[in-house]
Amino acid sequence: MKKIEAIIKPHKLDDVKDKLREIGVQGMTVTEVKGFGRQKGHTEIYRGAEYVVEFLPKTKLEIIVDDGMADKVIEAIRAAANTGKVGDGKIFVSTIESVLRIRTGETGSDAL
Amino acid sequence: MLPGLAVAQESAPKIDTGDTAWVLISSALVLFMTPGLAFFYGGMVRKKNILGTLMHSFIAMGILSIVWAVIGFSLAFGTGNGIIGDFSLVGLAGVGADPGPNAATIPYALFMVFQGMFFIITPALFSGAIAERVKFSAYLLILVLWALIVYAPLCHMVWAPEGWLFKDGALDFAGGTVVHVSAATAAAVLVFMLGKRKEFAKGEAILPHNLPLSVLGTGILWFGWFGFNAGSALGANGVAVNAFVTTNLGAAGAAMGWTFYEWFHRGKPTTLGFISGAVAGLVVITPACGFVTPMGAIAMGLIGGVVCYNAVQLRAKLKIDDSLDVLGVHGVGGALGALLTGVFATTAVNSAGKDGLLYGGGMEPVLKQIVAVGFTIVMVTVLTFVIAKVVDLLVGLRVDEEAEQEGLDLSQHDEVGYNF
Repeated sequence: MKKIEAIIKPHKLDDVKDKLREIGVQGMTVTEVKGFGRQKGHTEIYRGAEYVVEFLPKTKLEIIVDDGMADKVIEAIRAAANTGKVGDGKIFVSTIESVLRIRTGETGSDAL
Repeated sequence: MLPGLAVAQESAPKIDTGDTAWVLISSALVLFMTPGLAFFYGGMVRKKNILGTLMHSFIAMGILSIVWAVIGFSLAFGTGNGIIGDFSLVGLAGVGADPGPNAATIPYALFMVFQGMFFIITPALFSGAIAERVKFSAYLLILVLWALIVYAPLCHMVWAPEGWLFKDGALDFAGGTVVHVSAATAAAVLVFMLGKRKEFAKGEAILPHNLPLSVLGTGILWFGWFGFNAGSALGANGVAVNAFVTTNLGAAGAAMGWTFYEWFHRGKPTTLGFISGAVAGLVVITPACGFVTPMGAIAMGLIGGVVCYNAVQLRAKLKIDDSLDVLGVHGVGGALGALLTGVFATTAVNSAGKDGLLYGGGMEPVLKQIVAVGFTIVMVTVLTFVIAKVVDLLVGLRVDEEAEQEGLDLSQHDEVGYNF
């Protein structure tokens, strides 16, 4: 099983969610985060003094899928989250050791 | 606070229901300014200090209401001498429904409670300068000591008929010097004695956590200020109306002055700029509101907005950690307003006032204003320094590094402002 973690622009969340539904992804976890890569921050003025705010709001998605689904999910996210401008984000893939469904006790792929 | 005394009195002073109703409402309006101040400041500090900052204003409403009634009023308005009152009015003895010596047509107790609202808000003003790092116990001690040792005598000197500045002819209709210059001077001393916030010293950005609260606070302050200024006529009359009109125009002039200037200087008009300008304008017009014309008020506002904007820039350049710009707005604004009163005052508006520089009065009124402002700065500096030193020795002024990091809400009050 693979964990796919994606940092995307917040306003792209709905597009990504819809696209993932289309390819059969049942669930995901979403967190509001802050961060930066190559995208510059913005300037804010308070009482005439300028501040460069480097950390930008982003949204993080976490999705766990069977190995076979991973490539489809990555491509779906990449396509839906892409705006072509700096700051679109990144996708990280890691391996998951095990999964358990709390309500039933099912494990492995049955728990996804 | 002067016009009531200039009115020729008949053999026995009579309560005027219109005057009384207006001053009652004004007293409530001035009290409302303290919560307004609380939110004005609160929105500008970091989230972890919101409750601590609100407490700085609200605690004043609690403790200073009591101190004023028990002894403050007596020290400020008891007959006394040229510098201080006396103990004749302790416990509000003899302060009741009949008129007192300061206002002929309203109950003495109403004059007392109206003045009390000024006693409350003045020290709360300097809390803005030492935000996010002052120890609560120290703040409370400074609040009470300062109100009694600095404010009460100053109030007496400027507004009681025996006061030497009153007799000298200084014009301060609603408290430009007594309230704003004094509070800002105290702020300057305290800023020096408390030292910079850690992040400020490092040059890191310290950003307002909730500007909408500050905007709301400004709305409340602007509204309440009508009581502060027009109520100081101590009557429902033409001078009160003039003060009301000039107050609004002073605020508007400065808000627009600051906003346009910032737009030109920095490229964008900001909300924080507008509300800072509005408050600056209200401060500037405070000593003048019962003495100048509406057009004069617009001019004073515009000048005040631009001057105070630049004062704030200067403060930032000099790296002074006056956290919420008490010096730039109340200090510079108050002093400027006092001086400009000597320029724009006219007896056409208020026969109990004077004709300023623009109305043939020459430099004398302006010079009298300079004396009053200068004396206030010296007196307040010395006394505030002594009070702060004593409190420092008793309990320490500043929270320790860990508490500052954690925030005042948790470290001073075991509370968190927002739990969502």
